[in-house]
Amino acid sequence: MGLTSSSTGFKTNKKFYINKKENGKIIALAGNPNVGKSTVFNELTGLNQHTGNWPGKTVSNAQGTYTYGNRNFTLVDLPGTYSLLASSVEEEVARDFICFGNPDTTVIVVDATNLERNLNLVLQIIELTDKAVLCLNLLDEAKKKKIDIDLTKLSYSLGIFVVGTSARNHQGLDDLMEKIKIVSNTDLEFKPFMVSYPEEIESAIAMIIPEINKLVDDEKKSRFISLKLLDRNTSLAKSLEEYLEIDILENKSLKIAIENAHRYLKEHNIEDVNDEIVTTIVKESERIYQNSVTLHDKRYNEKDQKIDKIFTSKWFGIPMMLLLLCGIFWFTITGANYPSELLSKFLFSFEPHLVNILKFIHTPSWILEPIVYGIYQTLASVVSVMLPPMAIFFPLFTLLEDSGFLPRIAFNMDHLFKKASCHGKQSLTMCMGFGCNACGVVGCRIIDSPRERLLAILTNNFVPCNGRFPMLISIITMFFAGIISSTFLSSITSTLILITVILICIIMTFLISKLLSKTLLKGYPSSFILELPPYRKPQIGKVIIRSILDRTIFVLGRAIMVAAPAGLLIWILANIKIGNLSILTHFTSFLDPFAKIIGLDGVILMAFILGLPANEIVMPIIIMSYLSSSTLVEFNNLLALKDLLVQNGWTYITAICTMIFACFHFPCGTTILTIKKETNSLKWTIISCVLPTIIGFILCFIVAFILRCF
Amino acid sequence: MEKLISLGTLNPGETGIVVKINTTDKLKRRFLDLGIVPNTKIKILYESPFKEPKAYLIRGAVIALREEDAEMIKVTRMEESLWD
Repeated sequence: MGLTSSSTGFKTNKKFYINKKENGKIIALAGNPNVGKSTVFNELTGLNQHTGNWPGKTVSNAQGTYTYGNRNFTLVDLPGTYSLLASSVEEEVARDFICFGNPDTTVIVVDATNLERNLNLVLQIIELTDKAVLCLNLLDEAKKKKIDIDLTKLSYSLGIFVVGTSARNHQGLDDLMEKIKIVSNTDLEFKPFMVSYPEEIESAIAMIIPEINKLVDDEKKSRFISLKLLDRNTSLAKSLEEYLEIDILENKSLKIAIENAHRYLKEHNIEDVNDEIVTTIVKESERIYQNSVTLHDKRYNEKDQKIDKIFTSKWFGIPMMLLLLCGIFWFTITGANYPSELLSKFLFSFEPHLVNILKFIHTPSWILEPIVYGIYQTLASVVSVMLPPMAIFFPLFTLLEDSGFLPRIAFNMDHLFKKASCHGKQSLTMCMGFGCNACGVVGCRIIDSPRERLLAILTNNFVPCNGRFPMLISIITMFFAGIISSTFLSSITSTLILITVILICIIMTFLISKLLSKTLLKGYPSSFILELPPYRKPQIGKVIIRSILDRTIFVLGRAIMVAAPAGLLIWILANIKIGNLSILTHFTSFLDPFAKIIGLDGVILMAFILGLPANEIVMPIIIMSYLSSSTLVEFNNLLALKDLLVQNGWTYITAICTMIFACFHFPCGTTILTIKKETNSLKWTIISCVLPTIIGFILCFIVAFILRCF
Repeated sequence: MEKLISLGTLNPGETGIVVKINTTDKLKRRFLDLGIVPNTKIKILYESPFKEPKAYLIRGAVIALREEDAEMIKVTRMEESLWD
């Protein structure tokens, strides 16, 4: 995203990097977390969206466009926040955009089943802008729970349009777009409800306003800024400097006015202004809520609570979660087998045609061979190994996410995480890590305390991702479960061994987190506030489409970007000879003595190093090196593969050490890049690579040493 | 006047009425964001398998808090019959 010639004339808008179409309107989309804000965003913009980060912040910024009544609208999805008091980066971003980004309309999405709490944010937003529309989402669920909301009364109380929607069923969205169009029409004036604070605070505000009026040409914003300055809001002072080039400290008369206001409040025994402000807002929300909402069934949320009591119960909570996790892995593993094979056959059957085409256009063989046997074969094996498990895992994960089950996992697990000085939400980023570590690292944004976020980022790689599962599974099947003749029993044994491996990884994550928080990241666990939203029936069809579009294709795309050059490099290493041997063989024999000490061999260690771009290609590189052929090979027959490995000196010790090293070594290239982006620090990126590698070396050494004694 | 207790000491099923919040830092802002102000009714719903954190019903939303955080919220115990 960047600036185009059609960018808006507002100086402030440029700072937010919003691409506005000609004659277009900019619409901000605000709301609490878990209110279906992104569903509204997706339903309105369809596929016309792009995501990135807010400039200079690791907060996602999604923008999309739609056309309504011959007008273009650019929708800016603000981070989900509970308030605009700016106690987090997300809140700062949302507040700054509404205040300084000059959106033509701000749509506030609220959860109709939880209106009272949501109204706090609504009142804070209409304190800041006149041009707002309330989108009362999940109205269908509210109706089911017999929560009767009088939209007219609510609209009258708030002084803004209120539109009832059920975004996931596409209900009410036309009305919403119509109201957005009306409000963003610049000629119209709106006068929403303004919260009146206790007399003393109003008088104190009145002491600051005249000074702000000199700087800001907007009555409403000047009241808002005065209120926040009264509250000693330092983050707003920073934003004022950034967006409006007003330096509060430089402005002497303003400084005096603020000091006077503070003295006045002190004389009237008001110690904590923020307290008074929020209490007033909460009381007003309560009043408006009670005026417009009738509950016909006071026990409307009891059904959810009953389900929760089972999911979080002492005896069933944890086993049920583990069973569910096992189910997902089993489903992913067995479900991916067949399509993987099919895809591999299909992609490799295309290879001769590719050769023919290249020959037809007279490609010289020194170009043809690296392209086909280097790049194409690596790509084909990465795609066929990665795509099916991801296409199964990600939709399943998204289903859990959408149904509201994930926060319950965080709730159940938090106590353990607290003991390791981590945040309960880290259990979720770890789950994401099982799919893809790079996704898990990005997912750490849901953890709001910087220290715990960093812990979660640094340890995410300790859980094996989808790219490492195929290797783990094939080793388990070949060396530990293959002896069992029944396929069903053997698949159960494989799953159980795999679960053990996963548990070891999880325990390691805890140990390392604890270690890090005692050494590099000293400090106490931060507060843990987690909302457990109502359970919702996920929309299976849409979930599959979105998770394939958003996650699978995204991750696959990045994997392809790293796998293609890696394939080329591997081909070159295997085919350019120094003396009688290829560079690859020189490398392996160089690494061999060291690798033997830790229970591996030179080939395996080199495969992990060359597999830096993507863990998927580690196993193919090992096979290729043993075969001494110059290309990657897909071995679909595990028996033949086991023979090959055993011929090259593999024992069960090698198998165990390879599995340990697969779990604990440097992250893949994509993840390293992501860690660098998320932490913005070379130091932490290097630590995230070195730490797991050292642990892998040590563990392999100990295990190999002990096992050899027997 | 009933005596002040910490929110975390209530048992599942019991309800407390907020009297004050004994912290001044960012945590207090978070509490305020959730609508926890004096006179707010908070019902303890259930606890996690490890007894902690606990889930609370606060202004219609279910919120999980850790023990040491809930400790900061001082409440008076409300009699069951008053809860409508």
